[in-house]
Amino acid sequence: MAEPKSLSGVQPKFETKGLKAGFRTTWVLKGIDLKIPPNRVTAVMGPSGCGKTTFVRCLNRLHELTPGALVEGEALLDGENIYDRRIDPVAVRRRIGMVFQKPNPFPTMSIYHNVVAGLTLNGEGDKKKLDHAAEHSLRGAYLWDEVKDKLNNSGASLSGGQQQRLCIARALAVEPEVILMDEPCSALDPTATAKIEELITQLKKDYTIIIVTHNLQQASRVADYTAFFYLGKLVEFDETAELFENPKEELTERYITGKFG
Amino acid sequence: MTALPKEKRSSGSKGDLVLKAVVGAAAVGVIAILVGLGVELTSGSWLSIKTFGLGFITGSTWNPPRDIFNVFPFILGTLITSALALLFGLPIGLGVAIFLSERAGRARGLGAALGSLVELLAAVPSVIYGLWGLLVLVPFMREYVEPTLKTYLGFTQLFNAAPFGLDLLTAGVVLTIMIIPTISAVSRDVLNAVPNSQREAMYSLGATDWEVTRKAVLPYARSGIFGATILGLGRAVGETMAVTFVVGNATAIPTSLISPGYTLTSLIVNQFGTTTDPLSDAALVEVGLVLFMLALVINFFARVLVWRMTRSTKFRV
Amino acid sequence: MTSINQTGRRQEWRRVFDRIMKGLVILAVVIAVIPLVLVVWDVVAQGLPAITLNFFTHNPPSPCSTGQIASGSAMCWGGILNGIEGSFLMVGMATLIAVPVGVGAGIYFSEWPESRLSFLSSFTNDVLAEFPTITIGLFIFVLIVETTRTFSAVAGATSLAIIMLPIVARTTEESLKLVPTTLREASMALGIPRWKTIFRIVISTGRSGLATGILLAIARAAGETAPLVVTAGYLNFPPTGLFQPTASIPYIIYNFGTGGDYANWTTTAWGAALALVVFMLILNLSVKLFIGRKFAGVRAEI
Repeated sequence: MAEPKSLSGVQPKFETKGLKAGFRTTWVLKGIDLKIPPNRVTAVMGPSGCGKTTFVRCLNRLHELTPGALVEGEALLDGENIYDRRIDPVAVRRRIGMVFQKPNPFPTMSIYHNVVAGLTLNGEGDKKKLDHAAEHSLRGAYLWDEVKDKLNNSGASLSGGQQQRLCIARALAVEPEVILMDEPCSALDPTATAKIEELITQLKKDYTIIIVTHNLQQASRVADYTAFFYLGKLVEFDETAELFENPKEELTERYITGKFG
Repeated sequence: MTALPKEKRSSGSKGDLVLKAVVGAAAVGVIAILVGLGVELTSGSWLSIKTFGLGFITGSTWNPPRDIFNVFPFILGTLITSALALLFGLPIGLGVAIFLSERAGRARGLGAALGSLVELLAAVPSVIYGLWGLLVLVPFMREYVEPTLKTYLGFTQLFNAAPFGLDLLTAGVVLTIMIIPTISAVSRDVLNAVPNSQREAMYSLGATDWEVTRKAVLPYARSGIFGATILGLGRAVGETMAVTFVVGNATAIPTSLISPGYTLTSLIVNQFGTTTDPLSDAALVEVGLVLFMLALVINFFARVLVWRMTRSTKFRV
Repeated sequence: MTSINQTGRRQEWRRVFDRIMKGLVILAVVIAVIPLVLVVWDVVAQGLPAITLNFFTHNPPSPCSTGQIASGSAMCWGGILNGIEGSFLMVGMATLIAVPVGVGAGIYFSEWPESRLSFLSSFTNDVLAEFPTITIGLFIFVLIVETTRTFSAVAGATSLAIIMLPIVARTTEESLKLVPTTLREASMALGIPRWKTIFRIVISTGRSGLATGILLAIARAAGETAPLVVTAGYLNFPPTGLFQPTASIPYIIYNFGTGGDYANWTTTAWGAALALVVFMLILNLSVKLFIGRKFAGVRAEI
């Protein structure tokens, strides 16, 4: 499949080669070759069941935690295959942050402890460093002003949109290089959605972002590049504007014009 | 729209009323039993309540020939053996629950088999654990475990007595075995009720399996696990036969863990029928009343905790 | 080493600690399972020598010293006939009492769950299920034994019935609740009155769950000792009357196990234990077969 012209010669942040994934006897992903560019927002789209969520969950090795999960092929982070036998999945996940469809802050922890949860895991005990990281991440997630006086409140005491930003802050605190987002706004109202979309556009300066979305408008607002999946295969991958205005595949065109999914 | 024919409705609704009344009576019956329990135990122990008053539970003399019946040593025995059972049983039961809920997902067949095995533990009647305890465990404790404990830890009062094997410690061990299935079964359900998204959130931050369990799953489940512990406590307090065989049956206040003693439950069974005067009967029934109140409090407390954690009917323990 | 993997002592320690904790968890499972294995092993090993045809057709022996046993004296050999008949009698009567009341209560909990009575009663039911059985025995002692001035099979059976009742009620409720509401609605839409719907359709659909509950309750009752000590007492012969002291297999285990250091008594106790364990195993396994087939989700365990 053709590479978008603007990406020729660019070293991909994440590259999958023949990535297959499935459960027990069924393959959901049937061999994906995709190059994700650094410091850009890449959207992964397609109708339900096309494998977009499975794809993204393979990138931080979350997929294999489900009993019966199968994975084959390679996924190269900065040229290193994360599925290599010698690689520790814990280390992989440390470098890749994830934001889930439904906000999932830890309810038994305060806002502060939610944000620094990843850091304390890795043994960071210096209170000053943790405080600094907490403030930095909360600012980065556009949440600091709203919670700076109630850092000790439970993580679950916030509104839906705030909780999702808290989860983003939590992911940012461990300083990942890639952030995966699985339909991060689908459980939120339009105002909260707008805030998060604005946040995403800012974040790409420092991070590589891969966002799963079923919302065509959101993709066109937020994503630089878009990959279109259908029934487990990558159909088309191009700059978002190109993909939407001049789709090269018939399937892509049918999806965009709403003829299915 | 035509009206419903009236004849059909009346015969049906009469049958409905009869059924509802009959099964409703059965439901009332359940409540009546619990209430009756309290009433009869109180009336049956009235003589003893009048004679000893509060001294029944604060005094330490149990002397049937002199008609003195005080049960403080046995309350102590119940507390000590139950505490031992929780001390050993909670980590083991929780460990089993963690295994079945968090790890056995990977090895489905093995997990289910082990889970069934632990449930089978609960199916063996306690009198058989008692028999085994007396004839197999007691000699083991007497020959190997207790002398060792006495040698190394005998400087504390806890292990400073002649090791005969028939004592509170052995009873505690047997009780541990009995409450492991309770704690593990309830905890397992509680752990399974923790949403997977919590685990995934912790994993995605780069946590090991154990870190996920310890930092995301257990805190979320803690009130349910506490409830499981209380249920285990209830089971330990109420267990009779397994304890009777091994606790040593001594009426004095126990001075160490390896001294013989009595629990409230084993006292009743052992002393029953040894004397036939109304006061001793009433005293034994009053012990039952004390147990009744203990069990109510523990049970009620546990249920509220577990119910709060998992509010589905499928779950009820 | 690769550049993704984390290095350093702290990370190494996290990996090691993870392995240690996993090992401890497995250790916990092993420790939990060992007593079961040991107990079953000992019961089989010690009880098997006692099992002969005579064991099931004779009453227990008198206590004998080793010398007397060695000499082959006839009075040193016996069985558990009194216990078998007594247990059958009392568990049988208890089942006759507990099943109608338990199924009735279970139907009420399932079909009229909104009522206050339902909530109160089913909560009480759960409390009763976990209650120390000795207190239930004492309850019947005061209620029946003191009024009739004798230990009796009736008293024993009544106390067992109270112990069985919550199990039957709970499993009835759970199996009936599994029957889809659409079935009830379809039946009533056809004009079938509610009571007939419940009997004909709901109960027959849920009947294997009900049977399971009854079997589990019987298993529980068959193993209970403490209440029988204070209600049914003991007799060295098969039951002589409903209002007479009555033997039971668990009581034999208790009596002959703690009665003193007589080898033939100990063997009798082990033999009785083996018989009881086999009985329980058969009941529990047939329940597991039932449940496995029909109700993956119902936990009818006690």
